[in-house]
Amino acid sequence: MSISLHLNGERVDAHVLPRLNLADFLREHLHLTGTHVGCEHGVCGACTVRVNGEIVRSCLMLAVQTHGASVQTIEGLSDSGEIADLQAAFRNRNALQCGYCTPGMLMAAQDLLKREPAPDRERIREHLSGNYCRCTGYQAIIDAVETTAKARKGRSS
Amino acid sequence: MMVIRPNSEGLSVFDRPNSYIGKTVPRPNLDRLMQGRGLYVSDMELPRMAHVVFLRSPHAHAKIAGIDANAARQMPGVVAIVSGQELAAIITPWVGVLSHLKGLKSAPQHAIAIDRVCWQGEAVAAVVATSRALAEDAAEAVFVEYEELDAVTDMRTALDPQTSIIHPSLGDNLAFERTLDAGNVDQALADSDEIVETEFIFGRHTGVTLEPRAVVADWNPAEARLTIYQGTQAPHMVQNIAALHLGLVEQQVRVVCKDVGGSFGIKVHIYADEMATYALSKLLRRPIKFVADRVESFNTDIHARDHRCKGRIGVKRDGTITAFEIDDLTGIGPYSMYPRTSAIEANQVVNLVGGPYVTGSYRARARVVFQNKNVMCQYRAVGHPIACSVTEGLVDLAAMRIGMDPVEIRRRNLIPDEAYPCTSPSGLRFEQLSHHASLNKLLGMMDYKGLRAQQVALREKGIHRGIGIASFIEVTNPSAAFYGVGGAKISSQDGVAVRLDAQGSVICQTSITEQGQGSESLTAQIVGSVLGVSMERVRVILGDTDNTPYGGGTWASRGAGIGGEAALQATKVLRKNILDVAAAILQSTAAELDIANNAVVNAGDGAPRIELTELARIVYFRPDTLPPGMQPELMATRHFVPREYPFAFTNGIQASWLEVDTETGFIKLLKHWVVEDCGTIINPQLVDEQMRGGVVQGLGAALFEKCVYDERGQLTNANMADYLVPMSGEMPDIEVGHVISPTFESELGAKGAGEAGTAGAAAAAANAVNDALAPFGTIVTEIPLTPQVILTALGRI
Repeated sequence: MSISLHLNGERVDAHVLPRLNLADFLREHLHLTGTHVGCEHGVCGACTVRVNGEIVRSCLMLAVQTHGASVQTIEGLSDSGEIADLQAAFRNRNALQCGYCTPGMLMAAQDLLKREPAPDRERIREHLSGNYCRCTGYQAIIDAVETTAKARKGRSS
Repeated sequence: MMVIRPNSEGLSVFDRPNSYIGKTVPRPNLDRLMQGRGLYVSDMELPRMAHVVFLRSPHAHAKIAGIDANAARQMPGVVAIVSGQELAAIITPWVGVLSHLKGLKSAPQHAIAIDRVCWQGEAVAAVVATSRALAEDAAEAVFVEYEELDAVTDMRTALDPQTSIIHPSLGDNLAFERTLDAGNVDQALADSDEIVETEFIFGRHTGVTLEPRAVVADWNPAEARLTIYQGTQAPHMVQNIAALHLGLVEQQVRVVCKDVGGSFGIKVHIYADEMATYALSKLLRRPIKFVADRVESFNTDIHARDHRCKGRIGVKRDGTITAFEIDDLTGIGPYSMYPRTSAIEANQVVNLVGGPYVTGSYRARARVVFQNKNVMCQYRAVGHPIACSVTEGLVDLAAMRIGMDPVEIRRRNLIPDEAYPCTSPSGLRFEQLSHHASLNKLLGMMDYKGLRAQQVALREKGIHRGIGIASFIEVTNPSAAFYGVGGAKISSQDGVAVRLDAQGSVICQTSITEQGQGSESLTAQIVGSVLGVSMERVRVILGDTDNTPYGGGTWASRGAGIGGEAALQATKVLRKNILDVAAAILQSTAAELDIANNAVVNAGDGAPRIELTELARIVYFRPDTLPPGMQPELMATRHFVPREYPFAFTNGIQASWLEVDTETGFIKLLKHWVVEDCGTIINPQLVDEQMRGGVVQGLGAALFEKCVYDERGQLTNANMADYLVPMSGEMPDIEVGHVISPTFESELGAKGAGEAGTAGAAAAAANAVNDALAPFGTIVTEIPLTPQVILTALGRI
C-alpha cells in the first residue's frame, strides 16, 4: 500500500505491506533506529512515538495507519530542541544507564510535561509507569522530570 | 570523605589539578543515547545481511523424529534452512564445566539440537531469510515431528531413583555437589539456647534486558575472518570461544561491542543460538543477524536463583549466634552453561552464608541438579541474594525467638570493624570491611527509633508496617580464582593504553566494557585526573578486540577496581613520558614540572610553560628540534590484576520500610535505604545509581518476578504482560549512604559497586514483611512475596 505522512517535519512517501507495524517501518525502512523495540506487544514503552500529538506504542500501530498523519520520533524531538532541557536534566541526573528505554521515556515524560505544568512525584511515577527501565530503578528519571517541570514552570511564570 | 594515600611520588593522584576522582560529572556518552543516535546491535545492518529465526521446541523434553523443511525452502526470501546436524559440521559442541568446581559434570551441548530437545525453547532448526518477517513466515512452514519424553521439572525429585535421567551418559541428574563443615556445628547447636530452622524458597527469574540478546556475525571468506557484533560484557571471552569452536585462531575473530541495551549478567554468557549465528555466517558466507524476540528472551536468556534452601541457626539468650547450617538445592536446566558454568551460584551460596558474622561454626551442603527447563546461570549478584536472604532471614528469626531487636542481634554478632584482615569459616579473606560503621550510618539515615514508634502507633489503627534490615558482603574485583584457575579462558586482568595525540588530546583504549554503568566515564575521569587534562580531551575506546588491550571486560563488579587501576597506572607512565619530553624542550627537569589544565606547568608555582598541543606538535612534526637521540614515547600501556586477595570483598547494609495490606496481601514499599562500602568512589552519582538500579532488581525478585513453569516444563508467562517487573509506580525512593574503606591492593583503592544493591534488597524486604506480620504469629520465607503467598501465610486463602 502507498502511504504518505509527515515524519519529523519532512514528507515521507512509501510503499508498505499492510502487516508492517510502525516501529519496524521507522527502524527498518526509514532507518530511524532511535525508536527501540523491547517487547513487541505494547507493554514496555521503548517504542513510544508521537502521532498527531498523542504518544502511541509504535509496535501496536500499523504503518498504514499513519497515512496522512504527523509522526515525531526521538530524532525529531532532539533536532528541534523541544526537549533539550529535559535531556539536559537526564544528563545531569544520570537518569539513564544503558539508554535503551530512554527515547520512549523522554517521549512519555514530555507528554506529561506538556499536559500538566506541575506534576508531583507520584503523578510522574504514575505517568511513566508504562515505560520499563531495568537499569536505573526510576528514581533518577523521576528526579530529572521533576526538575524539568519546576524549571519550565519557573520560566513561564 | 575520600581517604587519600600518598604514593611514591609524594603527591596523591587524588589531589592533583583536574581531579575528577570522587566527583560527580556527567557521563560523556549520554547525548547520543538520549537523541536516538546510539548504535545497538539490533540497529545494525550490513550489506548482504540475512536474518535468522530459530525454530524452537514446544516440548520440554522430546526426541526429534524428523524435520520437513521442503515447503519452507520454497517460500519467498528464504536463504537456507539449517538443521543441528548440518551445523555440527561447522561448529563443535561444548561442555560447561570448570576443573576447580570438583565433580561438576554436564553433557555436550550443540548450537542447534540434534536428535533430542531438552527444554522448551531449545532451537531445532535455523531459518535464514532476507528479512526477519520472511524468516518467521518460513519458520511456520517447517514441520518437526517430535516424540515427547518424560520431563524432569521438579528439582526436589530430580535425584529420586524413579525419575528419568536427562543425560543417561552422566549416570544421574546431579550436576554438582559441594559440602563444607567448619568449626563444630553439632557442639555449637548443642550449646545453643534456641535453634530455629526453616526452608527458604526463591523463585526462578531472569534479567529482562530491555534490548534482547542480539548478534550480527560477518564471516568474510576472502579475509578468513569473522567479525562478531554483539552486545556482550566480555568481548575477548567471546573471541576465544567462537574461535575455539569454529576451528579458527583468535586472530581470525574480531568482536565488536557498541551500545548494549542492558546486560546484568545475561550477556556475559555464550548462548547456543549465538554460536549458531556465528556458524551460519561461516556456512552461508554472508552477514547473519539474530535478535531474540521477547518470547525467545524469556525462554532462552539464562534464568537465575530457583533455590530451595533449608537453613538452621543456633542462638544463645544473650544474642550470640552459635552456628549456621544450610542445605541448598537448585535446578539449572538441562546443561551447565558455557563457559562460566551453572555451579557458580550454588558455590557462592556456600561461600557467603553467615559471611558478615563472627560465628565460626558453619556447615553447608549445596546440590545442583539438571531439569528440563531453560538453562540457569550467573545473573547480577550471583548467589548473593540467596545467601543474604537465608542468613539475614535466620538472624531475624533467631532474634524474634529470643525477643531481641534485630539491630541489637546484629551489633552483637557482626564482625568488628577493627578485626581485619580476617577469614570466614568458608575461607573467604576479608581485607577491611565496615559492618558496624555501616549499621550506625544506616540507623541514623532511617531514624530507626522514630520508625519503630510510628510502627507501634499505626498497628493500633490496623495498619501493618514493617522494618527489615539486611547486612551483606559482596564479591568484587575477582582474580583468576574465579574462572581462570578452573581452565576457562576468561581473563581476570585488564589493560589500558593511553596516548597523547597530535593535538594534545588523549585517546584511551580499555578492555573493560560499557553497558551503562559508566565505564567510559570513570576511565576518562581517572585519565584526566592523573594526567592533568580536562575530561573533554579524553576519548575512551572500548568494546573491540582489534582495538583494545586484552582483558576480562565488565562483570562481577570488576570494571572500576581492575580496569580503573590499569587506567591509573598507564596514565602515570604517559605523564612521566610527557614530562621527560617537556624537560628536554624547556631545558628543565621532569621533577620541576607538572601537568595541569592541559599544559605543562612549573611544579612549584604552577606557572604555565608549554601547552600539550604545542608539545605534541613538536613531538609528532618537528622531532628534529629535540635533543639528539631522543625518541619520545607518548603512548603507554599497563595491565592490572589483583594478586594478593582472590576477591576484594565489599560490605553494606540495607533497610526496607513497607506496609502489608492484610486483607489483599499487597505490599506497598514506602522507603529503602542502602549504606555500602565500595572503597574509593570515582563518581559518587554513578555509584549511587548502581545501588538504586541494583536494589530495584532485587526488589523485583522479592515482590514480582518469577518464571512460572507447569509440571510439563512449559513456561507459562513468557511475555512482559504476565512476567511482572518493577515499574516506576511501585518503586520507592532509595536513599544511599557510604562508608569508605579503600582496598590497598591498588593505588586507586576502588572496589566494585554494581551488584551490592541486588545482593541485599530481597532480604531486607522479606524481613520487613515478617516484621509487619509479627502480630499475626506467621512468617513468610518464600519470594516473590505475591499476594497469594502473603494471604496463604495469614491463613486467609
